[in-house]
Amino acid sequence: MYVAVKGGEQAIENAHRLLADRRRGDRTVPDISLDQISGQLALAVDRVMSEGSLYDRELAALAIKQARGDLIEAIFLVRAYRTTLPRFGASEPIDTGDMKIERRISATYKDLPGGQMLGPTFDYTHRLLDPSLAADSDPASAAERDADRGPAMRVSDILGQENLVEEDGAASSDDPPDITRSPVEFPLERETRLQALSRGDEGFLLALGYSTQRGYARNHPFVGEIRIGEVALEMDLPEKGGTTVIGRLLVTECQMVNQFKGSAKAPPQFTRGYGLVFGQSERKAMSMALCDRALRAGELGEDRTAPAQDEEFVISHCDNVQATGFVEHLKLPHYVDFQAELELVRGMRAAFKETRETVDDNPQPEAAE
Amino acid sequence: MNPHASGFAAYNFAYLDEQTKRMIRRAILKAIAIPGYQVPFASREMPMPYGWGTGGVQVTAAILGADDTLKVIDQGSDDTTNSVSIRKFFEKTAGVATTTRTADASIIQTRHRIPEEPLKSGQVLVYQVPIPEPLRFLEPRETETRKMHALEEYGLMHVKLYEDIAKNGRIATTYAYPVKIEGRYVMDPSPTPKFDNPKMNDSPALQLFGAGREKRIYAVPPHTEVVSLDFEDHPFEINRFEDTCALCGAEGVYLDEVILDDKGNRMFCCSDTDHCEQRREAGHSGARAGQGLEASQ
Repeated sequence: MYVAVKGGEQAIENAHRLLADRRRGDRTVPDISLDQISGQLALAVDRVMSEGSLYDRELAALAIKQARGDLIEAIFLVRAYRTTLPRFGASEPIDTGDMKIERRISATYKDLPGGQMLGPTFDYTHRLLDPSLAADSDPASAAERDADRGPAMRVSDILGQENLVEEDGAASSDDPPDITRSPVEFPLERETRLQALSRGDEGFLLALGYSTQRGYARNHPFVGEIRIGEVALEMDLPEKGGTTVIGRLLVTECQMVNQFKGSAKAPPQFTRGYGLVFGQSERKAMSMALCDRALRAGELGEDRTAPAQDEEFVISHCDNVQATGFVEHLKLPHYVDFQAELELVRGMRAAFKETRETVDDNPQPEAAE
Repeated sequence: MNPHASGFAAYNFAYLDEQTKRMIRRAILKAIAIPGYQVPFASREMPMPYGWGTGGVQVTAAILGADDTLKVIDQGSDDTTNSVSIRKFFEKTAGVATTTRTADASIIQTRHRIPEEPLKSGQVLVYQVPIPEPLRFLEPRETETRKMHALEEYGLMHVKLYEDIAKNGRIATTYAYPVKIEGRYVMDPSPTPKFDNPKMNDSPALQLFGAGREKRIYAVPPHTEVVSLDFEDHPFEINRFEDTCALCGAEGVYLDEVILDDKGNRMFCCSDTDHCEQRREAGHSGARAGQGLEASQ
């Protein structure tokens, strides 16, 4: 019985010991190191950093190991640690235009200043299992390009020169919102919404983004640009004499360019959907950009007809730590409430039986009671 | 930063940092000032999952002092897995005294029950709340439900209860039965069985409700009027059990049904394990006392 009158403590302790044992697995196989996870399962680490909203490869790797590779559990571990950290202040906005680019592609231009750079992508690989990876591998070192060609102009800025795409819009206040430090109140400002989307579940946003492509709030997207690379993180530190670089982040940015008819006031113009996540994750950044654009329906005067356009629906359900907790809480004991339902159903069944018997004895048209 | 090598173990008293506690206390004070009103608060991510009591844990952490005595129950029991886990959390992070005795506790955190023993002045009952909004299943949108509360527009709830009667001949809500606080706010009492609703009315104890995932805190201050919604011709009724507790013989308490074998034999015993133990210690006994329920578990 899982609701033991006594002995619950011992049972929990034993369960956790068993978990530790299963986590370690076969003792003759070496323990996996954090460096191995961080280096060789880098995209898993990126996802945990991104949805855990904490940029720390080592901690993310530790969380993945502790969670036995369950990424949502690892995200949860990182979040529960992050929440205890003090806040020193806000950094300056990162400048993705000044990115040290690892990959940069545009679907809207054949070629463009700065070029198309494929980078480390799965695209165009044939998804054939590679048996050589089952053993230790030592691939040839990567081809290197000539000295850094300097920053590449953002595609949205190219379109912006002709006013073909809407302005980026200013922040609603100088003080950036923090959804982890203030309760979310609907309707949201776009920057708050983007914050929630950036840490939202990749699978959930992928499905919603996909739904917009299949007609549930179609918004005619083009990938203006996806860029992955390192940006400098700067902070205004007066004691250091001004803005100082405090670190570098690997981020993925996606700018979707979408159609917009224009209105009586505004000439026809492309609109933007924006995605930005920690690490390398095009799938997530693209899904985020599709959802961002769909969620701007109200602002752009479009009818809200589909789930992806519904802010309360999308934002209230995109956090996988919240979702997994509440779904999984159903396995907690609920027998007190169930007892109340049992009594009710028994009572209603008894009443039903009684009515049936009376009706059978004395058939009469049903009265509208 | 490397948690296992540095001062990672050095958490603040009761886990939360003092600034967070202050923020939560402010929300609690506001909640007490406006009984039944759901106060939004910046709920933190806790080291246990959402839906498992993070709201209650944050409220408890914010009000807990070093000389408090804590009791934690789930389904009325001190020994269900989740109550054990939360009690251990506070033993570990706050080092406070814990108890299973209702009378000895200054703070009682609960999921789904109110203790049978009447609470006293000075005690605080902290409820874990999954969905704080009583109107949520009638109107899924927060923007709408907040408006409905502001305008005291509770017609929809009465229509729902009336539809229950029209369809089933009775109100088919058995737990999380909506209540009205001091004639103003309709409130969700958390998923306690409606059997416990009358205990909330005019209670000398402070009742605090924490919903972590939904980021809401609300309160029923001591000696506040709590009325379960009903109709003149269908007055609110609590479920009465025909059986008595098989272990302690208690009547008029909430009972758990325990299946004894695969032949359909069953027995009923107190859901409030502390109440049952106290009665047995005092010499009361039920039909199956001493027949080894404890041993079988």
